[in-house]
Amino acid sequence: MMKIKKGIPLIDQHDKNGFYGGKFGGNYVAETLKKPIDDLTKLFEKCRKDKNFIKERDNLYENYVGKPTRFIKLQNLTDHLGGAQIYAKMVSDANGGAHKIYNAITHAMLCKKAKKKYMCTDTGAGYNGKMFSMVAKKFGLGCKVFMGTRDMERQKPNCDSIRKNGAEIIPVTSGSKTLVDAVSECIRYWVSNCDKAHMGIGSLVGPNIFVKICGFSTSQISRELKVQLEEEFGKIPKRLKLINCVGGGSSAYGFWSEFFDYDKKHIELIGVEAGGPKNSKLHAAPLSKNSKIAILHGAAAYCVQDSDGQIDETDSCSSGLDYPSTSPIHCYLKDIGRARYSFATDEEAFAAYKLVTELEEISPSLEPSHSFAEAIKIAPRLDDSNIIVVNSCGDSLKDKDIIKKRLGSYSR
Amino acid sequence: MKSQISLAFKKCRKENRPALLTYIVAGDNTKKKSLEILKSISEYADILELGFAHNAPTADGPQIQNSSYRALKNGIKLKDVFQIVKNYKKIKNSKPCILMGYYQMVYKYGERKFIRKCKQVGVDGLIIVDLPFPDNKKFSRLCKKNSITFIQLLSPTTSNERMKKIIQSSHDMIYYISMLSTTGGKLKISPNKILKNYFKVKRLSKAKNTVIGFGITEKTISSFKKADGLVVGSALCKGISESLKKRQNPVIKLNKMVKKLKSRIT
Repeated sequence: MMKIKKGIPLIDQHDKNGFYGGKFGGNYVAETLKKPIDDLTKLFEKCRKDKNFIKERDNLYENYVGKPTRFIKLQNLTDHLGGAQIYAKMVSDANGGAHKIYNAITHAMLCKKAKKKYMCTDTGAGYNGKMFSMVAKKFGLGCKVFMGTRDMERQKPNCDSIRKNGAEIIPVTSGSKTLVDAVSECIRYWVSNCDKAHMGIGSLVGPNIFVKICGFSTSQISRELKVQLEEEFGKIPKRLKLINCVGGGSSAYGFWSEFFDYDKKHIELIGVEAGGPKNSKLHAAPLSKNSKIAILHGAAAYCVQDSDGQIDETDSCSSGLDYPSTSPIHCYLKDIGRARYSFATDEEAFAAYKLVTELEEISPSLEPSHSFAEAIKIAPRLDDSNIIVVNSCGDSLKDKDIIKKRLGSYSR
Repeated sequence: MKSQISLAFKKCRKENRPALLTYIVAGDNTKKKSLEILKSISEYADILELGFAHNAPTADGPQIQNSSYRALKNGIKLKDVFQIVKNYKKIKNSKPCILMGYYQMVYKYGERKFIRKCKQVGVDGLIIVDLPFPDNKKFSRLCKKNSITFIQLLSPTTSNERMKKIIQSSHDMIYYISMLSTTGGKLKISPNKILKNYFKVKRLSKAKNTVIGFGITEKTISSFKKADGLVVGSALCKGISESLKKRQNPVIKLNKMVKKLKSRIT
């Protein structure tokens, strides 16, 4: 069995063809994209070694994103469940309301370095699109955001923000009209415009270089968390569980990246996928429901598909998790047993949202509500020597219409 | 022994014209209709490309996407695609047949099994859009072993150095993408510029039959007469869409279109 190499970022533990564990990832792209991807790879490798680039990035993370995001104890939830101690890493504090800002900043910086005038990107929940539009505005870059029309309907607040920032939303009407089609359309756009446009993929998916840029960026979350854990407990707690929702897997990678080297008995990594509606066969949980490997959006990864190889429809109340595939890195983590993946249904996510917002002064979006659902499930079975940290990686404001419809009211 | 594909090019060269390659999606709009279309356009086309639809295509323009969507909506499966080729190949004077699609479909079916099946039903060549060099080396060898031409693509973004490597590793046919575009885009650059780039490629690939694809229509095709071969895809898919919209028979429409295309390059 392959093992994680200690002391080397996991994003760099791929072979020369871009595969993790020999089979996940790769670069399945049209010939036209080989050169732009090659150029971007060289640029990224140069920049990440450049002290000034890192300094500029850190400066942006500190003064523009606002670092560190809070690390707080959820005392009422802990008391209510009567088991493990529950904490939250409030990544939703970040400017814009979610972790997608980290990746967007790196892409904008790379776009500038590449002397390209605009960026194109995909979005599901709208957060990635919103963050790209924010940083595009800040950097004086143009921005096109590809978004499925189904997601445009259900994530209206983020669409408004994208437009307000001066970016253009390109509605995607093909297929299921959600994230999967938005990513396809964005890649198609790049095929036609790779000489002018910089493409940023919004999650830990796509051809190898996009997985790497994303992981490189979101790992900021984990660096902050490590310091905050040491401040809170004096050292890294002995029984620690880090729970994160997983769609494409960008926030989970960022949340965990400093902790892969620890033994899993010491620090357990739990990824929670979207189980979809309770009574539906549809879901967006390729890892926990044991989907087979498919090649989608340039990479090999576990993916919801039919027997002929067509990508299957998915369903989830959370646009951000509503993706048939996942990151090659999470496939690898599953295969070697370093992370454990489960799922929460729509119903469980709503119930978790309700409970958490009733007891605590926080308001997670539906994506991290899936993580809270897992925390609520396991906390009562554990004693208080166990520390659970949930990455509250998105703010509920974007989901206000869905929540109102489902739970009758929304207050913030 | 020369492949059927090479022989087709040889014949066209003798006639002092480029080979006409057509592309339609298998099962567009039904299994039966696409077989009829193949049989019908076979009269004028020299090589037939047949797409096997995938529902997450990353390099197709809207016309081919529409065709794929129609085929999938009508329940096309990979086994039907093979059946169509098999039945087409039964006709007298059938033309060489190239299957084209995305790697996911091959991967799911199993590389070896896929190639064996291709050989069995009479597929002459394969284009896998998203399996570029050098990742395609193993697959390419497998094709060769089974007497199937594996056709690699070159694009305006392909560097000279890379181009040489690809040409060296390629079989007897190469596909040159005319411009930065998904399939079926409007010509962004002049035919002259495309031909200039094409002949740069051609100088490196003298021995290979090198075709131009993307953006070729009834209007533009006559500008490219000097190429070894020309691929028309999106224009034909659009033709099917239009005839369906008007409740006409796509077989007749496509026959007319391909006849006209042929006349423009003869």
